[in-house]
Amino acid sequence: MIKFQNVTKTFRRTRVLDGIDLEIGLGERVALIGSNGAGKTTLIRCLLGEYNHAGLVTIEGRSPRAERAAVLGMIGFVPQLPPPLKMPVGQLIDFAASLCNSDPQRIFDLARRLGLDVDGVVSRQFVKLSGGMKQKLLIAIALGRDAKVLVLDEPAANLDPEARKIFFELLAERAATATMLISSHRIDEVSSLVNRVIELDMGKVVLDDRVADDVSLSGRLDCRIAVKRPEPAFAKAMADWNFTDRGDGIEWTGEVAGPDRLRFMGMTSRYVALISAISLKEVDAKVGAGDTASAAAAALPGTAA
Amino acid sequence: MKQLWLTAKLDIVESLRARWFQIYTLVFGGIVALLFLFGLTESRVLGFIGLSRLLVTYIQLTMAILPIFVLITTVRSVAGDREAGVFEYLLSLPVSLSAWFWGKILGRYVVIFTPVFAAMLGAVLWALVVGIEVPWGMFGYYTALLAVMAACFLGLGMLISAVARGTDVAQGAAFFVWLTLLLFLDLILLGVMIQGKVAPELAVTIALANPLQVFRTAALALFDPQLIVLGPSAYVILDLFGITGFKIFALVYPAVLGLAAATLGYHLFRRGDLP
Repeated sequence: MIKFQNVTKTFRRTRVLDGIDLEIGLGERVALIGSNGAGKTTLIRCLLGEYNHAGLVTIEGRSPRAERAAVLGMIGFVPQLPPPLKMPVGQLIDFAASLCNSDPQRIFDLARRLGLDVDGVVSRQFVKLSGGMKQKLLIAIALGRDAKVLVLDEPAANLDPEARKIFFELLAERAATATMLISSHRIDEVSSLVNRVIELDMGKVVLDDRVADDVSLSGRLDCRIAVKRPEPAFAKAMADWNFTDRGDGIEWTGEVAGPDRLRFMGMTSRYVALISAISLKEVDAKVGAGDTASAAAAALPGTAA
Repeated sequence: MKQLWLTAKLDIVESLRARWFQIYTLVFGGIVALLFLFGLTESRVLGFIGLSRLLVTYIQLTMAILPIFVLITTVRSVAGDREAGVFEYLLSLPVSLSAWFWGKILGRYVVIFTPVFAAMLGAVLWALVVGIEVPWGMFGYYTALLAVMAACFLGLGMLISAVARGTDVAQGAAFFVWLTLLLFLDLILLGVMIQGKVAPELAVTIALANPLQVFRTAALALFDPQLIVLGPSAYVILDLFGITGFKIFALVYPAVLGLAAATLGYHLFRRGDLP
């Protein structure tokens, strides 16, 4: 599907990519991780045919540089930083859909699913949307066509928990038909989304590991948390995750997307002294081994599960 | 072709919402409004009165403003878009590089030429309303001259944008190009000629390679066909081209120069890193 053969990229005297050799097959979900300056963005730009480089990059045997229109028609891309486009949202959708020969309505529908009131912002300038709204729209544009390769650069960074949950579902719907390359600074942000991890450092692949694929992208976890006393900061965090208060801010229940469990537990760890009980239980039939009754209970140290 | 039109439309939409375009439109609309306001159509200078007088003044002012405006806004927005990640995102969509580059030029051309022409057209329409005689021949030639001038400096601007990566460098280069053309209008050539280091024919040839000088001379030729104000240089120009020949040269040469610069810019853009 995607091949990097001895890809080297040099900016003046700095070698940013140093002989990258990779093969990524159909259906693989790859986390591209590494610190700042490791070469992630450069590798993505080589894949998108935006950079000249030594070596060969091909997607289904075709060069994204030489056969731009044909190859890029297969790629959906979400950048880390949204471009400061002044055009209205509706025009951006029409522009992208026209170039990609897709139906704008499909993009509108996906944006709505992600929780973006697209009808309300259709005539607003893209640059004036909030960070989360821009991210939702760019995701909708990338997924709103039959892309065989999805290149996502920190795609969920600006999304709220509910939008992330739907975003994971959207990725799950495409898992069998698309190859995904998800770039991030941190493995914990994307670990549950992927089945392969590639780490870059100083322009070289330092880790290429296939990981257990037990977490379903569309899986969900029922969660119950009890705290020792009501705390406004904790209540706000729970509200951000769309949790329901079951009694005076003491007990909270809600749903967490499967791939978001690590992020959720990271959030709860900030209140470890406050929490008296916590449980997470898989509820989706597609989760893990497919046993709906299987319960994965997680307890924080010193608390009752 | 669809990709080219889409890119041109995109650039027009982006430019219409940019602050530089609002200022640009205001400047040229404002010039015409002020010329009317100060009663320029009523004054007589060198035998020119009415709309002819206004058009002569307008084109002189436009020649001073338009080149630097077009150069700076073109390089600022193209290099700025590249730096801000607009290229990274939009060039990840399936658009060919030729459609992108030429579509951008087409869109930008519409945006920079329309206000200049609309201001002049507005003056003509107003003249028709208040019953001032319209010199249609002059209006037609000035329109062609402005169209070519916009194309010439747009082509140079796109070439600079393709060569210079950052906004600051691109802006500095654009200013340097404009300043060089400006200095070669008179100052440097006069200095060199006074020192007697070059033949007058060579000095005139160098001057005519300068698009700013070509526009200025062509504009002069409309109300001073013998180019008397140019002094002895007029003999060289008229011997070489004749009056009609020079008028044609003034349209063809800058257009070819702009197109050549844009084509070179396209090849550099296509061969280099895009974002």
